[in-house]
Amino acid sequence: MPAYDKVKIARKVSRPTALDYINHIFDDFMELHGDRGFRDDSAIVGGIAMLGDIPVTVTGVQKGKTMEENIKRNFGQPHPEGYRKALRLMKQAEKFHRPIINFINTSGAYPGVGAEERGQGEAIARNLMEMIDLKVPTISIVIGEGGSGGALALAVTDRVWMLENSVYAVLSPEGFASILWKDAKRAKEAADVMKITAEDLFELGVVEKVIKEVDGGAQNDFGFTANLIKSKLETELAELMAKDIDTLLSERYSRFRSFGEFKE
Amino acid sequence: MKLLNNIKSGIDKITVDNLKGKVTAIKDAIPTPEKKEKKEKPKKAEKSADKDNKEEIPDGFIKCPSCSAVIDKKDLGALKICPKCAKLFRMNAKDRVKAIADKGSFDEFDINMESVNPLNFPDYEVKIKSLQEKTGLKDAVKTGRCTIGGRPCVLGVMDSGFMMGSLGSVVGEKLTRAFEYATENKLPVIIFTCSGGARMQEGIVSLMQMAKVSAAAAKHSDAGLLYVTVLTDPTTGGVTASYAMLGDIILSEPKTLIGFAGRRVIEGTIKQKLPDDFQTSEFLLEHGFIDAIVDRENLPDVLANILKLHNVEKAGEA
Repeated sequence: MPAYDKVKIARKVSRPTALDYINHIFDDFMELHGDRGFRDDSAIVGGIAMLGDIPVTVTGVQKGKTMEENIKRNFGQPHPEGYRKALRLMKQAEKFHRPIINFINTSGAYPGVGAEERGQGEAIARNLMEMIDLKVPTISIVIGEGGSGGALALAVTDRVWMLENSVYAVLSPEGFASILWKDAKRAKEAADVMKITAEDLFELGVVEKVIKEVDGGAQNDFGFTANLIKSKLETELAELMAKDIDTLLSERYSRFRSFGEFKE
Repeated sequence: MKLLNNIKSGIDKITVDNLKGKVTAIKDAIPTPEKKEKKEKPKKAEKSADKDNKEEIPDGFIKCPSCSAVIDKKDLGALKICPKCAKLFRMNAKDRVKAIADKGSFDEFDINMESVNPLNFPDYEVKIKSLQEKTGLKDAVKTGRCTIGGRPCVLGVMDSGFMMGSLGSVVGEKLTRAFEYATENKLPVIIFTCSGGARMQEGIVSLMQMAKVSAAAAKHSDAGLLYVTVLTDPTTGGVTASYAMLGDIILSEPKTLIGFAGRRVIEGTIKQKLPDDFQTSEFLLEHGFIDAIVDRENLPDVLANILKLHNVEKAGEA
């Protein structure tokens, strides 16, 4: 399938959202709100829940399925306070020794006036720096779009997984084409050269697992993909929780340390 | 300020046509009444005016983009400052090192590191090669050990002359090694940032450099060591959203462009023109994201003083 077809599936309005997965996979989800500094950003959700008999902290970038929902969720484009809320919940998880699971589905961090005034760059940077040191197991899953720094801000984790029809990229194919070729219409071509599909990123070692979807995308059989995620999370968390913290942190550091190609 | 408030109150649930310099996204825009308004395009006008004038500017001279005076390049001096209006021209890494490090003290790391083509992006090698020939640089950052006011530190200086200082594998690796060296040798790190953000031709590998350098900065910080960033024009995108904003102390030069999203991306999203001072160092100071704005000529003294205040002993006196 051409990469751009995956982009289209990843962006489908009917595609299952972070809350769909959270409500299906976990029990007793309690949503917690606010960054304790400015406001509650509805583009990011988070809280505490049970995965089987383990309490976990979950966060996710939330898109809407209707125009009204999307306006409330800002089309899944978080402001800095969203990233700060996620970080607050992750630090809370660390305090109470809960593993962390993040669901990523954003075209990118919101490019707006308030976002700049309140330090979008700083908020993302802070998450990168803090997440590398969190003393609990962490897993992130790209369930739709993984848009650049706005996605990475939740993805500095021990494991990064992608759904089969999700994409993860430094920039949207449209943006990429308009920067490099001054022509956003060449997005299809851009998608091909950018290496943004789950399969490509698995080959590059950027993600550890690609999770299957049924033909046409997860919306056609949500339970299939959600149950798969659940069973993989249970297995993986058991393994990560068995590691001592120093090993976990040094493996996480090495994971990100290894990216990059050069010669000298 | 009024304009900003207006913009804020109109918070923009609109999607983005993604343009220059930034890491964001695209979606279907909601039509707004303003959409059809023709935007003024002063930039374009300036550009073509520049072009016309350029033809008249003799070799060795340069036109100041701020006051329009035509200046003998030599008169900009070592610090590249317009003698008529004090506008700060961008400094390349070599000149910056010369201006900041004590004379002869800079011992450069990883001199021969250069990029490969991790995504097999068409013509990337050709572009790198031609820039290397043009600039004499291998890539967009210089790192090394030096003293400032006699006090030792690890210095990193980005260069906007090389693919807009974009963050590819080489920049990421050199800065990561610089942090690791500093952690091992208990030295402070000072980084002069200037960058358009991620390096598109390296795609996701470029994005991962943000996490890599930030991870190395975290280890350095965990060891109780000092990290100072000096944000210079322009510092945007993925560099702003990673190590630029992680300094214990964050300085900048006057009238420096600093931001996450590109101005045109934001204007395209909110369908309004942004005020001139948006995303300047003065704007960031006002909003609480940088510690101080320092004039270019004072930077060596201010940095030396910061090192002193953190008990970094003069070399040879420790």
